[in-house]
Amino acid sequence: MKLRYCLSGHPTLPCNVLKFKSTTIMLDCGLDMTSTLNFLPMPLVQSPRLSKLPGWVLKDGSTFLDKELKECSGHVFVDSVPEFCLPETELLDLSTVDVILISNYHCMMALPYITEYTGFTGTVYATEPTVQIGRLLMEELVNSIERVPKAQSASMWKNKEVQRLLPAPLKDAVEVSMWRKCYTMPEVNAALSKIQLVGYSQKIELFGAVQVTPLSSGYALGSSNWIIQSHYEKVSYVSGSSLLTTHPQPMDQASLKNSDVLILTGLTQIPTANPDGMVGEFCSNLAMTVRNGGNVLVPCYPSGVIYDLLECLYQYIDSAGLSNVPFYFISPVANSSLEFSQIFAEWLCHNKQTKVYLPEPPFPHAELIQTNKLKHYPSIHGDFSNDFKQPCVVFTGHPSLRFGDVVHFMELWGKSSLNTVIFTEPDFSYLDALAPYQPLAMKCVYCPIDTRLNFIQVSKLLKEVQPLHVVCPEQYTQPPPTQSHRTDLMIDCQPPPMSYRRAEVLTLPYKRRYEKIEIMPELADSLVPLEIKPGISLATVSAVLHTKDNKHVLQLPPKPPQPPASKKRKRVSDDVPECKPLKPLLSGSIPVDQFVQTLEKHGFSDVKVEDTAKGHIVLLQEAETLIQIEEDSTHIICDNDEPLRVKLRDLVLKFLQKF
Amino acid sequence: MPEIKVTPLGAGQDVGRSCILVSIAGKNVMLDCGMHMGYNDDRRFPDFSYITQNGRLTDFLDCVIISHFHLDHCGALPYFSEMVGYDGPIYMTHPTKAICPILLEDYRKITVDKKGETNFFTSQMIKDCMKKVVAVHLHQTVQVDEELEIKAYYAGHVLGAAMFQIKVGCESVAYTGDYNMTPDRHLGAAWIDKCRPDLLITESTYATTIRDSKRCRERDFLKKVHETVERGGKVLIPVFALGRAQELCILLETFWERMNLKAPIYFSTGLTEKANHYYKLFITWTNQKIRKTFVQRNMFEFKHIKAFDRAFADNPGPMVVFATPGMLHAGQSLQIFRKWAGNEKNMVIMPGYCVQGTVGHKILSGQRKLEMEGRQILEVKMQVEYMSFSAHADAKGIMQLIRQAEPRNVLLVHGEAKKMEFLKQKIEQEFHVNCYMPANGETTTIFTNPSIPVDISLGLLKRETAIGLLPDAKKPKLMHGTLIMKDNSFRLVSPEQALKELGLAEHQLRFTCRVHIQDPRKEHETVLRVYNHLKGQVFPFFFYPPRNGLELIILR
Repeated sequence: MKLRYCLSGHPTLPCNVLKFKSTTIMLDCGLDMTSTLNFLPMPLVQSPRLSKLPGWVLKDGSTFLDKELKECSGHVFVDSVPEFCLPETELLDLSTVDVILISNYHCMMALPYITEYTGFTGTVYATEPTVQIGRLLMEELVNSIERVPKAQSASMWKNKEVQRLLPAPLKDAVEVSMWRKCYTMPEVNAALSKIQLVGYSQKIELFGAVQVTPLSSGYALGSSNWIIQSHYEKVSYVSGSSLLTTHPQPMDQASLKNSDVLILTGLTQIPTANPDGMVGEFCSNLAMTVRNGGNVLVPCYPSGVIYDLLECLYQYIDSAGLSNVPFYFISPVANSSLEFSQIFAEWLCHNKQTKVYLPEPPFPHAELIQTNKLKHYPSIHGDFSNDFKQPCVVFTGHPSLRFGDVVHFMELWGKSSLNTVIFTEPDFSYLDALAPYQPLAMKCVYCPIDTRLNFIQVSKLLKEVQPLHVVCPEQYTQPPPTQSHRTDLMIDCQPPPMSYRRAEVLTLPYKRRYEKIEIMPELADSLVPLEIKPGISLATVSAVLHTKDNKHVLQLPPKPPQPPASKKRKRVSDDVPECKPLKPLLSGSIPVDQFVQTLEKHGFSDVKVEDTAKGHIVLLQEAETLIQIEEDSTHIICDNDEPLRVKLRDLVLKFLQKF
Repeated sequence: MPEIKVTPLGAGQDVGRSCILVSIAGKNVMLDCGMHMGYNDDRRFPDFSYITQNGRLTDFLDCVIISHFHLDHCGALPYFSEMVGYDGPIYMTHPTKAICPILLEDYRKITVDKKGETNFFTSQMIKDCMKKVVAVHLHQTVQVDEELEIKAYYAGHVLGAAMFQIKVGCESVAYTGDYNMTPDRHLGAAWIDKCRPDLLITESTYATTIRDSKRCRERDFLKKVHETVERGGKVLIPVFALGRAQELCILLETFWERMNLKAPIYFSTGLTEKANHYYKLFITWTNQKIRKTFVQRNMFEFKHIKAFDRAFADNPGPMVVFATPGMLHAGQSLQIFRKWAGNEKNMVIMPGYCVQGTVGHKILSGQRKLEMEGRQILEVKMQVEYMSFSAHADAKGIMQLIRQAEPRNVLLVHGEAKKMEFLKQKIEQEFHVNCYMPANGETTTIFTNPSIPVDISLGLLKRETAIGLLPDAKKPKLMHGTLIMKDNSFRLVSPEQALKELGLAEHQLRFTCRVHIQDPRKEHETVLRVYNHLKGQVFPFFFYPPRNGLELIILR
């Protein structure tokens, strides 16, 4: 029986805890950053527009919240340092978590909150690219929030009574009291120091009880699905997988076969958009804007899809006549991200691996940088302001448009209809992201590129790997709320999936009945198998059980001790096992005629047999002994004659099988 | 009794031509497939006809594993797979897979184009051979087939060098390839977990050496180079294109920078740029420090080291030249050596091991008059220095690795017999395990005694371990169960369950006996006294209170 605690309600940023054979395993710790959409953007340079936004006034005219809440084009925003919605920390004692398994760099963003403040003392497992790129994402996040010091930290609006009075979506925001500010770099470093690097298909033993294995999931550099198994059960954790051929190593599907339970998270967030089509649209919109003399802004993460976009542009710019347009990639980790992408040959798809063997850099952005078509800067300050030429294309973060250099470009370019902002990251609703910038003149294009599995691929995958049970977030068991007629946009499998929601505990339907044990060769030699039925043999085993590190071994019992000379019988040496005398089970029945013959052979001359309702009574007159024989029992009534009893016992046992 | 058989076809009491056959639980694995640099005849490749006389190699071998890209470990691979014929899987790490074909091509060129040999493998054969290669990650468990699995560990000897664990069921062999237990300027130290293999096959190049600290050797090296350059001499450092070369380049580069030296440093062959590029792309395989700083400064981008042109060798004035190959047995290093050998101002520094038969080996053993091709005699007047920079584990390192892996048996390869003998004794003394050192073609058999895995019913196990939770938990307990053997499956269950599963009923055996006791006490007290007396005596199974008045029922 296994328990699952669901700590995050976000289907693509999961955080679950699995209790499996006395180990407690956390699967991912995603950080739900959509909460930041409720906050005002953090401009890098003083923004008169934002600072002049009116305070929000309640319907009854009371103004006590006008310092904390600002109104912009009919939406209300919190004017404070943005905060994140953490995974549930109260549902179970997180200090009892033994290990955390990370599936990809997007799903580890809550790690510092878990490892630093809950008493967690375990180990985190992740692949090397996941850790390196995860570190870059965290660095960028911390940097973009810390560089804009904000004096105010709003808390009044979080009061339950007050929150009720607010307009949506603030009114409906969940667990606002649990929202936290961003962590700091020392916390990030402390959290990352608890990570142990693993490779695909590496078998990792946890306490000798459970084996976990990361498998390539095809979604991002180093992204993995995990197999959690014992000798008798297999749980597959599928999180953020892709079957499309982009830069990462392809997904390993075969190893997911024969799972008892398959936990399915991280499907595409835009099931109706085809990533290839979106990339095409991205390129054509970009080209059109630039040709008309406008600038293009691409809010993005510093790693991931950006590599694919740059590769597409590499092939596209010359044919589209864009070779003179500068491409800027602005992020405190831009350089690192571009450099790191080139050194993970082993985690890349086959084509890119072959390039490394030549040896050439696997990604063509190396050439874009060499030919000065792509330039990267840590921020808009410094060198960038000297080199900056328009029209241009800027890749920068954060995709929520609430912090990072992107805020500056939104303010700068928002007023002109020549410019275009193209949304490619699927994590944030683009309308919500744009809300605090309204009214906007610039064009907005939505080309979400989400390469994760869609529902058609999922149902094919499930048919292929045939798990006994599927467990998934409740969002996947019904059509999306905005498209309730699309019953094809949900998981369809037999038996129907078990669903979970935030803060729920689920009991997984599987019970194990066996465990592995090793019989030492000496003991195996001493066993005497007996064929009971054709093809089935039995052997009784009396052995010493040793259990160490959750591994069980059976050894030959040591020789019985020398009979003690003195009468102190209780002092036996410690090595000798406590011998609970063997009481074998008996089975079979005694054929009376043969038994009598045997008795006679052994010198009982006056045997008399009487029939009873259930069997027979055998009388040994001279010995004054009575033996009741029934189908499944033998009762020997014999007074005060131990040798006789032993003799009778041995004769009876001859007819019975011992176990 | 199950056994593991090991036969070296090369590297048995020898260095060069590494090729070791291992048979484990019905699986046959070939470890490395190298060439011997000391020979130019048939002896340069392992004798593959030993494996099978008339059958196909593919039918006999389950897989081939290559530990690293040095030619004495992979040089015979195209010959083996394309000319003798093998189509099964060949495993190596990604960097090895990337670099190995380049060195093979280099080797082919020297042999065919320069020496004019025919009947050698072709470029196409190298390509076809590499198509059979499956690249493995570190620590990845690769399932070769249902039963056979292999796992690679970091070996630190050169870029991409790996040790391999080969496992079938609970029997296993670990093979070190060449390894280095101390991190150097560009690579990390070898590491293996406590995998407790039945057999550890380890290299023993430096079986008797305990090397002084790396820093001293580096200082020594720099001093010698510096002195020679100061007095206007030329320094030749024969190296292999990848490996030591990069380490020494990093060393000289930083020294030149610090001392502001002007003498040119050259690196021979067009491989340099390419070689350094491999290091940049496989930076995850280098040591921690380089990996951490590569974004800011890539250690493999050299400012002072330039490409060498053949004409430079006759330039006047001091210079330092890295030239391949490392044992002075052919190619550019030998050419330069012949040019510079006559001048006592010059110096040749041999930074690695040289196998017997090579010019490198001859000058290191003190020979100063060399017979070259065409009976020409070359007199060596230049200074000859040997400096062990080869990244092999020394005796201390080998012992350390054995301590890490905790093998049940050790087998030495890739070393000289005399030195092995010494190390063998030391290993047997210190670890109390058997140590073997077979010669080429000699088979060593190791008996293993694997335990038998069976399924135990959780009910029975829990009943037994629950007893173990009592205060006296540490004490071993005897447990009873019934082993059901059916269609190759073994299940251990409680006797009751075994009876039930087989549809058998339990047969009760009871004894009754009357005992007359004369006792003035009350009935009840008497019974209690008898009970207390019997308790803890020989009869553990009896019921109390008695069922029928004075009658006690004792069951045995």
